[in-house]
Amino acid sequence: MKKILAILLTLTFVFALTSCGGGFDPSAKSEGVMTYAEYDAAALDTEVVIEGFVQATQGWWFDESVGHGKITAYLQDPDGAYFAYELNCDEETAAKMTKGAKVKITGYKGAWEGEVEIMDGTVEIGEGTWVAEATDVTALLANEAELIKHQNKFVSFKGLTVEAIEYKNGEPGDDIYVTVSLDGASYSFCVESYLTGPDSEVYATVGTLAAGNVVDIEGFLYWYQGVNTHITGVTVVG
Amino acid sequence: MKKRLALCLMLCLILPFLTACHGSRGLDPFVMPDAFDTVGQYEITFWAKNDTNMTQVEIYHKTIADFEALYPNITVNLRLYTDYGKIYNDVITNISTRTTPNVCITYPDHIATYMTGTNVMVPLNDLMTHGAYGLNGSEIRFDGPGQDEIVPKFLEECSFGGAYYALPYMRSTEACYVNKTYVEKLGFTLPEKLTWDFVWEVADAAAAKDEDGTYLVNGQKVMIPFIYKSTDNMMIQMLRQKGAGYSTSEGEVLLFNETTEELLTEIADHVKKGAFSTFKLSGYPANFLNAGQCIFGIDSTAGATWMGSDAPLVDISEENLVDFETVVMEIPQFDPENPVMISQGPSVCIFNKEDPQEVLASWLFTQYLLTNDVQIAYAQTEGYVPVTLKAQQSAAYKDYLSRAGEDNDLYYQIKMDATNLLLSHIDDTFVTPVFNGSASLRDAAGALIENVNKSVRRNQTVDEAYMEKLQADIVSLYRLNRGGAVSGGLQELGEMPAASVALLSAMAGVWCLIGLYLLREKIKKSGK
Repeated sequence: MKKILAILLTLTFVFALTSCGGGFDPSAKSEGVMTYAEYDAAALDTEVVIEGFVQATQGWWFDESVGHGKITAYLQDPDGAYFAYELNCDEETAAKMTKGAKVKITGYKGAWEGEVEIMDGTVEIGEGTWVAEATDVTALLANEAELIKHQNKFVSFKGLTVEAIEYKNGEPGDDIYVTVSLDGASYSFCVESYLTGPDSEVYATVGTLAAGNVVDIEGFLYWYQGVNTHITGVTVVG
Repeated sequence: MKKRLALCLMLCLILPFLTACHGSRGLDPFVMPDAFDTVGQYEITFWAKNDTNMTQVEIYHKTIADFEALYPNITVNLRLYTDYGKIYNDVITNISTRTTPNVCITYPDHIATYMTGTNVMVPLNDLMTHGAYGLNGSEIRFDGPGQDEIVPKFLEECSFGGAYYALPYMRSTEACYVNKTYVEKLGFTLPEKLTWDFVWEVADAAAAKDEDGTYLVNGQKVMIPFIYKSTDNMMIQMLRQKGAGYSTSEGEVLLFNETTEELLTEIADHVKKGAFSTFKLSGYPANFLNAGQCIFGIDSTAGATWMGSDAPLVDISEENLVDFETVVMEIPQFDPENPVMISQGPSVCIFNKEDPQEVLASWLFTQYLLTNDVQIAYAQTEGYVPVTLKAQQSAAYKDYLSRAGEDNDLYYQIKMDATNLLLSHIDDTFVTPVFNGSASLRDAAGALIENVNKSVRRNQTVDEAYMEKLQADIVSLYRLNRGGAVSGGLQELGEMPAASVALLSAMAGVWCLIGLYLLREKIKKSGK
């Protein structure tokens, strides 16, 4: 009897483990929600409903002029990434938008200075978590047509040379403009202070960089008149 | 005796409440000290705005250093912003915690909201006219302007309810930066003065594409013929030019009228044709203009250094720059013979503090911002105009203006043209009434255009029913009460809590009882 019980318990445990492991698919979409491919194909100015996983957020703030809170989020699923700009969001919901959290966004697809984003969106918190690994897009940096296919993803670049570091206001506090080069071509990246402010490690590290430093960079593939990665991590490698 | 004891007890109960109420009302009004304390150390904070222009930042630093050299016991801590809206948001947040800056770059609309707190702002009238520390006062350690040397029109923009709550710092207006090359390529000739009809006609024509979706005028896949940076200004100026209502000085909202609806309907029509968009929805006019993707870009004259093929400040890559002839023109008019344009630009206000010496230190620094060195240096960074006649009429400034086009830096032609545009139209400028909630009304004016722009692009029907709903949505979102005062900002207190109602009722009851008691005592005495 004891043996049978032990076997039953073991089987139950194994079954439970299997359920846990196979029950969550980060690519799966709820009814009425677009796949990334559908979102990508959607025309600008159309309504979009997406599900994605929060990879990072810019600071929540209360907009006094309209009387509600706003948050900007970098979202991704296994198939692509989304930038949700100034979602209408209360502070309580914003607190739940932690790294990996699943969210459903309803808004409109727009483009601002080349950055494809979701505007005028609302947010609902979902269940499950998923965190993206950085996609190495170093080889695509000179190929804008290919690189833009990864827009908004969490990406990495290896072996970039720092050309210049410039604080937006000439001193720490606001954004840092980072000019890097690879194979003779220059690119403008940015430490976005609303994402990683002066108290963050990356802000401090970038502030110590000097022209000529060779660095590996991680960040979100933001666009502003061309690639303008929002840097979240930097390692000096040479 | 028992009755007197009861009365005393009642007063003992009530007085703490009254005192508590008094104590929570805010700071005491600023009282001018007899003299500035030159021994104690005073640290003041200055929240400043720049136009993402490093030269302006350098001027702020130099200004502070020069001021601190004159007043070694005053330290000025600078906090830089690039957005008026962010300053406004931060100030409101800091009023409740009494951590406002000492001196702050601001817009008059914003001051009206700040003023809803008790003694949050310092009225400047007495400071301005003070013999020793006022404008051009005897104890001032620098050569500042007298009150009569500040451009009267600009100074009046800082007066609300009979008192000055700010000094003007810089003034600008809006200009239309035109790609003349493309206008002519489309077969049009630029008139001496732009009209709305002309701009819409050219913009519509510029939206023509070939079968591949390439725009005929520039051979590119992108073309937004007409981009407006500040849609609040767009609506406000259009209404003013039409002689239509916006608001009264008492705060009555007149924004929602037939003319507004007509203007929105016309704008919708041009959005539909692909002729028009806005900064909020598409991006900076300068970037599109410089890339040959825009023909009419309306932005502040304080954005002139970003405009044109040879602009000293550029935000797009060199390979995307297109060579064209840029012309700076007044914003389009409905009646070009009587041009009307907005007066805008930063003003400086002073926040009240417990220590009047700290306030006086703030006032000294504020005045210093109006000295010729600061005024001329800062005005030269963009298409700004100095706010003092003293600076405008100085030899140094006249020399600067005479050298337009000498280079593409300090004497950049487009910037100088923008400056001259305002200098020659100061009398044609206007400002909107300032009252508590006028900042919300301004936002609402812009939101009308932004919403119409979005709705047309999103294939929503823009008709009469849409306009009605839009109006209702905007009234609700921006907390505008039609036909009456605007509620908003710090005055948005909502219904009084039940506990407060009960307390006030009890207090009123007690006072009635005291009154009755005293009356009875008096009657008793007179009866004896």
